[in-house]
Amino acid sequence: MVQETVHPLSKYLREAMIPHIWCTGCGNGVILNCFVQAVDELEMDLDKLVVVSGIGCIGRAAGYTNADSFHTTHGRSLAFATGAKLANPELNVVVISGDGDLFAIGGNHFIHAARRNIGVKVICANNFNYGMTGGQQGPTTPLEASTTTTPYGNIEHPFNLVHLAAASGATYVARWTTLHVRRLTQSIKRMLQKEGFCFIEVISPCPEIFGRRNKMRTGLEMMDWFKRASVVENFSDPSKAEISTEKLIVGEFVNTEKVSYEKFLHEKISQINEKRVGW
Amino acid sequence: MKTVVKQEMLALNGDEAVAYAAKQPDVDVVAAYPVTPQTIIVEKFSEYVANGEVETEFVCTESEHSAMTACLTASVTGARTFTATSAPGLALMHEMLFVTSGCRAPVVMAVANRALSAPLNIHCDHSDTMAERDSGWIQLYAENAQEAYDLIIQGFKIAESQEVLLPVMVGLDGFTLTHTLENVQVLSDEVVRKFVGSHQIPKVVTHEGKIVPFKLDPDNPMSMGPIALPNYYFEFKRQQEEAMRNALKRISQVNEEFEVISGRRYGNGLLELYQVEDADVAIVCLGSTTGTVRTVVDELREEGVKAGVLKIRAFRPLPVEGIVEALKKVKAVAVMDRSMSFGGGGGAVFHEVRHALYDLTPHPNVVNYIYGLGGRDTSPTQIRQIFEDLQRMIQAKRVGELVRYVGLRG
Repeated sequence: MVQETVHPLSKYLREAMIPHIWCTGCGNGVILNCFVQAVDELEMDLDKLVVVSGIGCIGRAAGYTNADSFHTTHGRSLAFATGAKLANPELNVVVISGDGDLFAIGGNHFIHAARRNIGVKVICANNFNYGMTGGQQGPTTPLEASTTTTPYGNIEHPFNLVHLAAASGATYVARWTTLHVRRLTQSIKRMLQKEGFCFIEVISPCPEIFGRRNKMRTGLEMMDWFKRASVVENFSDPSKAEISTEKLIVGEFVNTEKVSYEKFLHEKISQINEKRVGW
Repeated sequence: MKTVVKQEMLALNGDEAVAYAAKQPDVDVVAAYPVTPQTIIVEKFSEYVANGEVETEFVCTESEHSAMTACLTASVTGARTFTATSAPGLALMHEMLFVTSGCRAPVVMAVANRALSAPLNIHCDHSDTMAERDSGWIQLYAENAQEAYDLIIQGFKIAESQEVLLPVMVGLDGFTLTHTLENVQVLSDEVVRKFVGSHQIPKVVTHEGKIVPFKLDPDNPMSMGPIALPNYYFEFKRQQEEAMRNALKRISQVNEEFEVISGRRYGNGLLELYQVEDADVAIVCLGSTTGTVRTVVDELREEGVKAGVLKIRAFRPLPVEGIVEALKKVKAVAVMDRSMSFGGGGGAVFHEVRHALYDLTPHPNVVNYIYGLGGRDTSPTQIRQIFEDLQRMIQAKRVGELVRYVGLRG
């Protein structure tokens, strides 16, 4: 008798949306896999999970996840997530988006979401360029990297995302690569259980668009780089967390507690309402 | 007498044709942000920069809002400035579009026409540029890659004319034109440079009574974009309208001047009439759809039907008189809109064409066809059906539904 086998994680995905759009060698599948694995291990209620994503390849994650989701306009995933979280603080709101979306047009939303410590969890796939539109230079493109808009080598300094997140006030900051599957999954689990604003950067291979212009033609070559260069330095200074050909500093950089924005907000509302009753 | 110069035939898609045109007239600054289906323009242009084919400062900004801001400020220092974008990028520029036209900065921008979210869509319609109709920009629409090339070159000359000084956006249909390879005749760099000329900056009188060029210049400092409260704001806006009136004339002149060097002419520059002169039924449209309509008009003419097409090349400024003149003898007119004005009872082109015909007695019967939203294809068969609708309208002497939808489900 032929028995139909169902993947244990398939309930977290919208199978009608599969096959996905991601290229061979892309790291987005790994990130999505780690995320649903973490959700599964935490036995999270899918009815209370909201996945928000912006524009870019990883933006499709919102559509692939079998939770309430919003595929938003370019750069605004955190603004949409802020609305959802404030309207219903009971919801677990997770933003899964890319470096181009979160840190170019979305840069302002990011620093302010972190500053006010709204309880939104961010997973950022960093592939060092605008992959979906064909590989243009973006806010994380390394100096001298070749992209379609910098064929002569990039002359702009990139953001160090973990440093930016930590400096802006995030209560949890980590960086992994898609090679660190178990560590990334554990990190996502830890993040999902925290109250305030959390950020995980996942360095993700983009061989088709970024790699082949930068001497890493295949996903394997990019993963080789991750393997060769990664150094785990937990709780080291995020301002020194370099990303270079020789060294990729990964790990958990920040894990603190701070009252979340929505908690302050609802306390303030209760206080005002109590005073009103006294009138 | 025509002194058409030798031209080269290249296989270019619409985006490449635009980039090629932008490389020719010594553009000083290009600031842009990638967005589908415009991306090829900035990619191609960055190649020109990398190859040393242009001496342009190319800036990769972090958003379209910044791109337009950088273009505006570059332009008011006297630099010739170009950028390109598409729907969500254009929407993000919205604030700066008004500042650019208000500062009278002659920026030229290509817009790869694309539908606006939501739902998310990357394909062609005109909802992006129609939403910026009142931003004070000149709006020109290309029918094919050749016209996109020609319009960008003409755009610089129109924008920088002293009596105009307005930014120009050139619309080209996303994917249909941007990503389709065509034979494009290109002029030499030298000819284009000579045609567009050097960037002439008008003189203005400062508050100290000095006569200086209208630009940011450390030797002759002035403020751009200062506050103008109820005491002056209104006059600024009236001047912009005056500039638009002047642009009507200038667009026509530039069209004629361009014919002298290239041999290519697009109607009077504002409108292009095809078999409209004796037509009973006519379609009014803009952009690449005109090509499809022309084919159908040819077929119908062979069958003895007096059909024609009026292409609107300049939607801003709108050549009202030309539209009246072209359509006054036509019995039934279908205006095609590739965007919607929700709750407005028809699309923007329909409103304006119908409004233009109001003073005519008797005026043609005018109906609206909304088509091709989100990139939906519009076939020659559907165009033929529109002409048949118009013929039936004439026979029945009854207009019926004013707003109709082409190729819509249900």
